[in-house]
Amino acid sequence: MSAAASTPGWLARVRALPNESTAKIVLVTLAVCVVASLLVSTAAVLLEPAQRANQALERKRKILEVARLLPAEDAGRAAVEAAFARVETRLVDLASGRFVAEPDQAGFDQRAAARDPARRVLIPRERDIAGIGARARYANAYLVREEGRVSTLILPVHGLGLWSTLYGFIALAGDLDTVIGLGFYEHGETPGLGAEVDNPRWRAGWDGKRVFGPQGEVRIEVAKGEVADTDPRAAWRVDGIAGATLTTRGVSNMLRYWLGEQGYGPLLARLRAGEQ
Amino acid sequence: MDRNSQRTVFDPLIDNNPITLQVLGLCSALAVTTSVQTALIMSAALTAVLCCSNVLVSLIRKHLAQSIRIIVQITIIASLVVVVDEFLRAYAVEASRRLSVFVGLIITNCIVLGRAEAFAMHNPPWPSFLDGLGNGLGYSLVLILVGVVRELFGAGSLLGYPVLALVRDGGWYQPNGLMLLPPSAFFIIGVLIWGIRTWKRSQMERAEYRIHEVHRTEVL
Repeated sequence: MSAAASTPGWLARVRALPNESTAKIVLVTLAVCVVASLLVSTAAVLLEPAQRANQALERKRKILEVARLLPAEDAGRAAVEAAFARVETRLVDLASGRFVAEPDQAGFDQRAAARDPARRVLIPRERDIAGIGARARYANAYLVREEGRVSTLILPVHGLGLWSTLYGFIALAGDLDTVIGLGFYEHGETPGLGAEVDNPRWRAGWDGKRVFGPQGEVRIEVAKGEVADTDPRAAWRVDGIAGATLTTRGVSNMLRYWLGEQGYGPLLARLRAGEQ
Repeated sequence: MDRNSQRTVFDPLIDNNPITLQVLGLCSALAVTTSVQTALIMSAALTAVLCCSNVLVSLIRKHLAQSIRIIVQITIIASLVVVVDEFLRAYAVEASRRLSVFVGLIITNCIVLGRAEAFAMHNPPWPSFLDGLGNGLGYSLVLILVGVVRELFGAGSLLGYPVLALVRDGGWYQPNGLMLLPPSAFFIIGVLIWGIRTWKRSQMERAEYRIHEVHRTEVL
């Protein structure tokens, strides 16, 4: 009780201090900081669930868009959820290529797992062509089946561009070789140059390209400049972007990594062998 | 509302508009006015921040030392902007993505700090709130006007609804691509300022200098 009774007196004394005195400056600053931090942290905590839901929806939208399963460009939440119901979300043990059970119900976060020493694999420097340092032991794969057979496989890929790590998806057709689409949902490349990887016209160039060469090596790459029709490797090469050599080299490298033996290679081999 | 409050709210709409008279907040006015929707959301975000920051600054104005007042004001404004940004990312993701950095840049918007410094530091909370509201609406008015012109002539639509039939879709209107680029906002705001100053001649500024005729004797 005594503390409550003394508060007004204490407050009154602070209020009576001259504004320019050091004590008052410190107290006022402290009070402002406490109120401001309370405001910001309350907002951050209260709004987090809504923001997470938005991010999850955005991911689904991107997956559908890359696989060309999005009903309309401005499809709302309900339409996205309905279209995504066709997509089967699986978790893959990258080393063996086998599907594993989801470890937690809340959904697997590959990016968080890649930061967790217990759940990640460090990539030796000489094999780290994607420039990511470490990858999660498990990774997501999204499958669409038609009459029991995989008709579309969507794989998350990421890797270093020029300034930033690009995060995106590549969608492959049922032959696990033909590209349906490639798209990024997060990157920090230069607007107008590297960020042109988002340009729909450039992205359209991936449609129908092939990933694997005759020896089963990942052959798909972004060329430097335009790809000539006469180029014998035209089926595996996508037009370059002027002024974005390093970003597009990053795109080529990340595909080489993620579709190769280090990444989803074992999964692709298993699916090709007809395993479900 | 008494006459004084009315003046506080309505003066900044045209007579003392933060953009056209004080020429503040131009950066965001150029950047977010490519469509009416982004202009509206940016207007709402700035008005909310401006009202709250004015009230908060006004509440502590009598206990603020001269030497730290700017940093305290900026702390308050920055916190409010973070809250608004979080709100947009939770409930208007699409708009938040399109506004990108410009929501965060409300912190450095001269209108917000300017009103805190010029008005809220010397007035009680209620008039300060009205001043924030008035200036926010003045800013919004210009943003929405510019947004309407740019979206209508740049994309042939308003709020995303087609108004002018585009050639691309078999209509008659060839959209003016310049309208979607930042310079067009400069032109529109310039024309707006010229129009307002022709209408309200008291807003005209005196020439800051006169071209001085150099006489031959001076050169020698």
